[in-house]
Amino acid sequence: MKPFRYERASSVASACALATEPTTKFVAGGTNLLDLMKLQIETPTHLVDIGPLPLADIEETAEGGLRIGARVTNSVLAADMRVRRRYPVLSQAILAGASTQLRNKATTGGNLLQRTRCAYFYDTTKPCNKRMPGSGCAALEGLNRMNAVIGVSNDCIAAHGSDMAVAMAALDARVETVAADGAIRTIPIDTLYRPPGNTPHIETVLAPGELIQSVLLPPPPPGRQLYRKVRDRASFAFALVSAAVVVAREGDGVSAARVAFGGISYKPWRSREAEAALVGAPATRASFDAAGRAALRNAHGYGYNDFKIPLARRTLRAVLADATGVI
Amino acid sequence: MHTENVTLTVNGRRHALELDPRTTLLDALREHLGLTGTKKGCDQGQCGACTVIVNGQRINSCLTLAVMHAGDEITTIEGLEDGGNLHPMQAAFARHDGLQCGYCTPGQICSAVALLAEHNAGWPSYATADVAIAPVLTDAEIAERMSGNICRCSAYANIVSAIRDVAEGGRT
Repeated sequence: MKPFRYERASSVASACALATEPTTKFVAGGTNLLDLMKLQIETPTHLVDIGPLPLADIEETAEGGLRIGARVTNSVLAADMRVRRRYPVLSQAILAGASTQLRNKATTGGNLLQRTRCAYFYDTTKPCNKRMPGSGCAALEGLNRMNAVIGVSNDCIAAHGSDMAVAMAALDARVETVAADGAIRTIPIDTLYRPPGNTPHIETVLAPGELIQSVLLPPPPPGRQLYRKVRDRASFAFALVSAAVVVAREGDGVSAARVAFGGISYKPWRSREAEAALVGAPATRASFDAAGRAALRNAHGYGYNDFKIPLARRTLRAVLADATGVI
Repeated sequence: MHTENVTLTVNGRRHALELDPRTTLLDALREHLGLTGTKKGCDQGQCGACTVIVNGQRINSCLTLAVMHAGDEITTIEGLEDGGNLHPMQAAFARHDGLQCGYCTPGQICSAVALLAEHNAGWPSYATADVAIAPVLTDAEIAERMSGNICRCSAYANIVSAIRDVAEGGRT
């Protein structure tokens, strides 16, 4: 680990002011950042510990949703009874990720900003445009089984690793941030992440010193919520593909639908195409297949990850069938 | 070298330390306080050998900095026994032969102790069918909740038995 200066934030404003240099990083749980610092993939010169900041509450909002403080741990969020009753897909998604030890430290804001687990991002002997801009993408022609199949570029095919964010995308979550100058803005989770394009090292729209202070969940959408994760082992593994759905039936038809995928893109991949295909369609496996085809229409495999495209379609069909009770 | 002063409370005792801020909690426990019961396995949060209990919750001590834990109550495997008597979970691991080489065992036991507290608090897990309902602690629940602790000797069956034994409040 490279040497750094450690400072404890005393207020949100001072934390943001301390972090305006790009070589300064906020640290909350640290489960991802410290791992990357040990490998010298992250080499911050300053760490600003936001542990002392009062951002660890879950509160009701006036509109009937929840405001989740950025420091709320993944464990606490998944175990909150309001989340379990009103946003079960969020509890399910969080509990599908990592281990209890990690979820006890990992925070809501940190989970959103975690870096990719692309093997070539982690392997410092290999080119990686995200880790070393301009060096190339070793995953493109490499062992890319875990990599993304949609929304990415020939400069970077890294996938985002969060389960939590997939459920949040389906729930239309918004991220509330504070900038270094004190300005507050809210960003829909769908636009928090920047497409890799030819600048995959720039991952979000956040400016240096801009701190996520909370995540806002609107009131739960109508319908049954369900998260399904497909992975190489039964527990404690990143998704090959995952899907979060919220789906409502009226008679034999689908009256409302939310669909988001994990493991297939640089961000939690909300599919309005799948939702449009579902709403008004009969609740049948044929409709669910059509939604999957619509969702993955622009997907592109890179060899070892070609299987993710049919797997994502089948995962969506299975989770929709479960959620609607269609055999 | 730049250092930071931090006071750590470990197993009820306060220790004033002057540390390189890069020092993980794990290294502070082992190298600075001589508490070598907590083990370094992968040093990247995947194996669970370094599991300790901080403010009642289990964490990977390898993925957190010691300077981030001023004021926290830290419990390691050395702090579980009571006046020379094994903690019930330690006794259950011995009784059920929940180990072979023993390297992962301190982490397994700290994890298991915290697991029971989480279950008593009604926390769901990935194995919970309906997350809105506090689950019964089945073997599937125990296995899922212990997935952050790897045992390369594969003593898993007996580890689950030991935990179930303590959860049910007695010897089996």
